[in-house]
Amino acid sequence: MRYLPKSPADREAMLKAIGLGSVNELFAPIPAEYRLNRDLKVPRQMAESEIVDYFRQRSRENGEGYTSFLGAGAYSHYRPVIIDSLISRGEFLTAYTPYQAEISQGTLQSIFEFQTMIGELTGMEVANASMYDGSTAAAEAVMMAVRLTGRRSVLVARSLHPEYREVLATYATHQGMPLSVAGFGDDGRLNLAELEKSITPATACLLIQSPNFLGAIEDVAAIAEIAHQHGAMLVVSIAEAVSLGVVEPPREADVIAMEAQSFGVPMGFGGPFCGVIATREKYVRQMPGRLVGQTVDKQGRRGFVLTLATREQHIRREKATSNICTNQALVALMVNIFMTVYGKVGLRELAKQNLAKTAYAAGQFAQHGKVLFAASPRFNEFVVETREDPYALNSRLLRHKLIGGLPLKTFYPELGNAALWCCTELTTRSAIDTAVGLVAEGENSARPARAEADVAEVTR
Amino acid sequence: MKHETPKATRHVNQNEGLIFEKSSAGKAAWKLPPLDVPEVDPAKLLGAAQRKDLGNMPEVSEIEIIRHFTRLSTWNYAIDLGMYPLGSCTMKYNPRVNEAVARVEGIANGHPYQPEEISQGALKILQTLSECLIEITGMDAITMQPAAGAHGEMTGLLMVRAHHHAQGRPRKKVLIPDSAHGTNPATAAMVDYAVENLKSDSRGMVDIAALEAQMSEDVAALMLTNPNTLGVFEQEIHKIADILHAKGGLLYMDGANMNALVGKVRPGDFGVDLMHLNLHKTFSTPHGGGGPGSGPVAIKKKLEPFLPTPVLITKSNGTLGFDYHRPQSVGRVRAFYGNFGMFVRALAYIQANGPDGLRETTEDAVLNANYIRKGLEGTYDLPYSTPTMHEVVFSDKLQAKKGVRTMDIAKRLIDYGFHPYTTAFPLIVPGALMIEPTESESKEEMDLFIDAMKSIAAEVEEDPQTVLDAPHSTRVSRLDETAAARKPVLRWKPAV
Repeated sequence: MRYLPKSPADREAMLKAIGLGSVNELFAPIPAEYRLNRDLKVPRQMAESEIVDYFRQRSRENGEGYTSFLGAGAYSHYRPVIIDSLISRGEFLTAYTPYQAEISQGTLQSIFEFQTMIGELTGMEVANASMYDGSTAAAEAVMMAVRLTGRRSVLVARSLHPEYREVLATYATHQGMPLSVAGFGDDGRLNLAELEKSITPATACLLIQSPNFLGAIEDVAAIAEIAHQHGAMLVVSIAEAVSLGVVEPPREADVIAMEAQSFGVPMGFGGPFCGVIATREKYVRQMPGRLVGQTVDKQGRRGFVLTLATREQHIRREKATSNICTNQALVALMVNIFMTVYGKVGLRELAKQNLAKTAYAAGQFAQHGKVLFAASPRFNEFVVETREDPYALNSRLLRHKLIGGLPLKTFYPELGNAALWCCTELTTRSAIDTAVGLVAEGENSARPARAEADVAEVTR
Repeated sequence: MKHETPKATRHVNQNEGLIFEKSSAGKAAWKLPPLDVPEVDPAKLLGAAQRKDLGNMPEVSEIEIIRHFTRLSTWNYAIDLGMYPLGSCTMKYNPRVNEAVARVEGIANGHPYQPEEISQGALKILQTLSECLIEITGMDAITMQPAAGAHGEMTGLLMVRAHHHAQGRPRKKVLIPDSAHGTNPATAAMVDYAVENLKSDSRGMVDIAALEAQMSEDVAALMLTNPNTLGVFEQEIHKIADILHAKGGLLYMDGANMNALVGKVRPGDFGVDLMHLNLHKTFSTPHGGGGPGSGPVAIKKKLEPFLPTPVLITKSNGTLGFDYHRPQSVGRVRAFYGNFGMFVRALAYIQANGPDGLRETTEDAVLNANYIRKGLEGTYDLPYSTPTMHEVVFSDKLQAKKGVRTMDIAKRLIDYGFHPYTTAFPLIVPGALMIEPTESESKEEMDLFIDAMKSIAAEVEEDPQTVLDAPHSTRVSRLDETAAARKPVLRWKPAV
């Protein structure tokens, strides 16, 4: 086997040194009746060229060459070439968690820079070294708020990514954390009157997303005021990190749970991504996940270490803030390099291009379908309601190698035939025009009666 | 240092400040194409939501970024530089073809919500890997959704809870051996189980009598690592499983040490009801400085109704798709379908090995650990003489007499060109030195390691201070962790 660096003679010599006659004697501790005396039924050993061919074939069966208008928590942005050049260096790729600080300064310093930039962009004082993804970061941020407030109820915006809501529900099941949902209004933003009614003295926190799942930017200041009046914390989830280039961050939040995939991480069919939690300094001891801190060595030179480990599972075991151990270090490095490449000016210019493409697309769609929640400020997603069933529409688009917006009826039955469309800096005007043309074709021939029947099918 | 080491030579490496210290206004590493749609005024579109300033974000050029991260990288130790004997971490070679195939366009750029009809490639990868892992573990079904080992543990215990709930008898506690990883008790707490400690016997295995005494109808499961963190296979595993099953409990296996078993024995055959795997350990996906991981959970048939949603299925027309309608499911543990990029790498690893390669890999991993044990026995105290599988645990008992502890020896190993082993774990061995070489080490590399460890033991006798002050060859010496925790500085701030 080509990954194994031993000759038969090496193995012989080693067995002899140990005083054994055969390799099988090493497995004597395993009771004989359980030993596997056959080959595993897995694919036969393949040459490297065959492996590459296999995955190229799978790639061709996986939307290769299609232009997509999907967002909804996974965004297509340009990835500067140097991201992969740098993360492919074996010293980053094949290093372990930086517990041995003296020979891990590269990873540690880069995480320190990551924490700094996330702090700058989110307007928070401290950020951790990463979480699994945006959905689990949101759930962990909520649990953090529950610990900090000593309250247990959680209020969740319906305009939070529906799968994030599902993840939170799973995490909350056995934590004695009752969840309730606050709806959105006609403008696609959190309904503040409903919020006022739903929030109680038992509410530990309110979890919202901004820009929210429907693309609308929430009025975070007003929401924070209501939450804080009731002694609840405000946790804000950010799923589209590029928005931070031009959208004011939710500075009034107490905790921000972010998905940083937009910053240079491939969509990769949904993972690995890069969650992050950012918060105020006073809450740091209740924060889950790894943290890097600056310190000095014996000679007084600046260096970095993993710190505040007394929050973590390997020290505190069942009393830890979370069971999280592995994080997303290499993905955080991609994010770090992306943030460094675009920097202070580039991130803003990039975000402005997203804004321009979306404004153009929404304007074009509005001529043939109905763009919902149009009065609210939005970043790069918008909801289009058509008379045609969105699945039927998307089937027509697929024939033109276009992937249309995400039909919303499973997540939001009340929105009928609406779909969530997304544009980024990579979306071309000609793709937008083609898609709009195809939508127009459908709108001119579709029978409105279909919508009713489809809503009834919804089960989730 | 006293002895010249044949493994490593000191060489110049570059100093490098923080990226913020290189920033100045007007430098840039980016260029956007001209817009093909009309420009917009953010103030007009966003109103009060418009952001005006990005704070202290850096402004640097491309060459500076390349040098910055390349310089930083040279301060890291890595598998690519040499042996990384961290016990229970399985720091094996990360094949480069894995990285190449994960970057093929349709795989790297697939959107999780693209229609199933054009996602058959990704779903086929998911299905093939699932089948391989089910076969390797001897289980009946699997969820690939958990993002890491600890996340898999949580998912597993959620299924345990759902199972007992369905049986009409919710249980209160989980048994965890004292040799277990810290994630086990932390996870049990997250799923609201009380943790009950289970002590090890004099051979470092589960104390069968104690287990029998502690087992009751209040025990939901035993979380067992096998081989355990001493590198010892639980020889009475069938008794353990029987004791649990007799009272309706489940046997959960922490698969952190699966590298000792693949192709030689299957947990599903020795009574395990559910287990997680760490693709970043056993299946060669890179550790990347601390992630991403991937922690699939393989289960027996009786737990299948409780799998997280969605579940991969073959539809009536023969194509693959997801089933979201699972009334007894524990729910979702992560958005989308898991760390798919890691599935690609793990499958490429299995394909590169085949059944023969996987078996040989396991054999070499166990051979290597035993070779190191033989080489260091006598020089370091071996607290348990039970046979070793893929890792061996020594203690610093002999060196402690000179005031030198496991962490000091570990730090001195750095000067010899090696990454330290795992220190002070498992907790049942005071002053533990936990060594897992993996199959990726040649005889030459291990001989160098054994020589280095012997040389350090000699230094402890002749000149303990050298060991206590180690490392001597790194760009920074031991760092003040107490100061870091007392007054945390967690981000850079501009000088005022």
